[in-house]
Amino acid sequence: MRKTIYSVSLSLLTATLLLFFASWSLASDDLSSFAEQKGVLRIAGGTAHIPVMKEAAKQIINFNPKIQISIAGGGSGLGIKQAGEGMVDIGNAGRKASEKEINKYNLKLLKWAVDGVGTVVHPKNNVQSLTSAQLQDIYSGKVNNWNEVGGVNREINLYTRDEASGTRKVFWKKALAKGDISVKANVVVSNGAMKTAVAGDPFAIGFVSVGHIDSSVTPLTLDGVTPTLDTVRSGEYKVSRGLYSLTKGEASGLSKLFLDFIMSPTGQKIVADKGFIPVR
Amino acid sequence: MTHRAYSVSEHLFLAAAVISGLLTVAVFCFLFLFGLPLLQSGQLTDLLFSPWAPAKGLYGIYPMLKTSLLLALLSMAIAFPISLGCSFIITSLAPVRLRGFLLAVIRVMTGIPTVVYSFAALFLLVPLMRNLIGHGTGMTILTATPVLAMVIAPTMILFFVNSFTRVSTAYTLATDALGGSETQKLLYVILPQAWPGVVNGVLLGFGRAMGDTMVSLMLAGNSIGVPESVTESARTLTAHIALVMAFDFDSMEFKSVFVCGLFLYILTAVLMMLFRMSTAYFSGRK
Repeated sequence: MRKTIYSVSLSLLTATLLLFFASWSLASDDLSSFAEQKGVLRIAGGTAHIPVMKEAAKQIINFNPKIQISIAGGGSGLGIKQAGEGMVDIGNAGRKASEKEINKYNLKLLKWAVDGVGTVVHPKNNVQSLTSAQLQDIYSGKVNNWNEVGGVNREINLYTRDEASGTRKVFWKKALAKGDISVKANVVVSNGAMKTAVAGDPFAIGFVSVGHIDSSVTPLTLDGVTPTLDTVRSGEYKVSRGLYSLTKGEASGLSKLFLDFIMSPTGQKIVADKGFIPVR
Repeated sequence: MTHRAYSVSEHLFLAAAVISGLLTVAVFCFLFLFGLPLLQSGQLTDLLFSPWAPAKGLYGIYPMLKTSLLLALLSMAIAFPISLGCSFIITSLAPVRLRGFLLAVIRVMTGIPTVVYSFAALFLLVPLMRNLIGHGTGMTILTATPVLAMVIAPTMILFFVNSFTRVSTAYTLATDALGGSETQKLLYVILPQAWPGVVNGVLLGFGRAMGDTMVSLMLAGNSIGVPESVTESARTLTAHIALVMAFDFDSMEFKSVFVCGLFLYILTAVLMMLFRMSTAYFSGRK
């Protein structure tokens, strides 16, 4: 009798322990490959990628504090260049690297998310939708007052990104149909800076990665389609692009583990949580 | 023994001076070599006087050149009188106890990174300017001007104060003995004596104004058009370099950055030489 109780409690204990370990290993399954690792991983480039990179890095560092991960912005052009020159381990780009860049540096590309680029205005702006033609006229400077597109009688304040920005390139190609961008447009250097600028300027128009859109700015409906996760995923909203990470040659060591983690279910969940569309 | 120690340290300092001097020359050679392809293509005048439109094959830096000079001159116009006034107050007009405090504040100000000033101005000054101007984004040359003036003023004040306190006490005591007021002493004795120091301070301040990147990058709006008034958004040479840096090495955009750097270098060097020559000329005539 006594023996039975003993064995029952023992088996209960074992079961609990097993369950505990099972759940623990489930949660950190995608992280487990980082267990015995240590070292430094340097990441730089596209600013749209940063929220995902930061969250992934946080989870990895919490799991294994011996790993150090530094994340910098700088834009897609910088990401491609620094990855190619070996100044960072992983370079991020919001556009495909050109054939020339890929061949020159022997770059390997990994696309881990799809992202839309939405036109945004200040929340107080009563203009909520534009046609492509109107948007192109606004950016070329042909239309320079909000009252010409149904808004208040105030000059339109144009915001654009620096010339090496991947977000700008996609917006220019797909929303502006490669049209001119006025020389009067203000230039900001990251998706975050764009959001801050538009959120603080009632007469602004700008464009940011859909993952960056929150209540501080209002996305404009373009040709009847509002840039949201759903419309980008379904392909209904056309101004979209892949988010890429690049390595010089095949990824190895920590870089490979990091990129594998981004592609794992946990990593892809981070991608979705941060407002992008996972590729898996 | 002491003689030997002296000569060792002397050699060390000489080496340090020569190395830093050579580094400056090396930077010039580096910029020149990389800018050479663009300069050789006979586009020098194009570069200087054409706009920036990479899509049309134009890599001119005229808008940036104009903005840089305009912004530096404007902020100098604000910072110079303020600095001169502050250094008067710190050296002689303020109560003795206050002088030390003021000087300490100025010293702290020289150490504050310009990005901090710019960040504060982005939230405080930009909306204000937007309302004042009545149109546009509030990111204009005029917005960057007072911030840049605030950045360069502490350096100039320290320089002025140093040169004022270095004026021989024989002169200042004599003025006191003659019954001159503090103001008279400042205007007729200290200022004429400390004049080369003042010029050097201005020179240094102007160099900082031309070279500062963060203030104009964050506050002046960075648009690539030629500014026609100070209430317009514009891009300085330094901000331009920061914005174009991210291009790949082979692109014309990237090469043109070296020409930008070269002009910035030459411009500052020429200004410095002019100022030095004028100081030498005036102090020689005295």
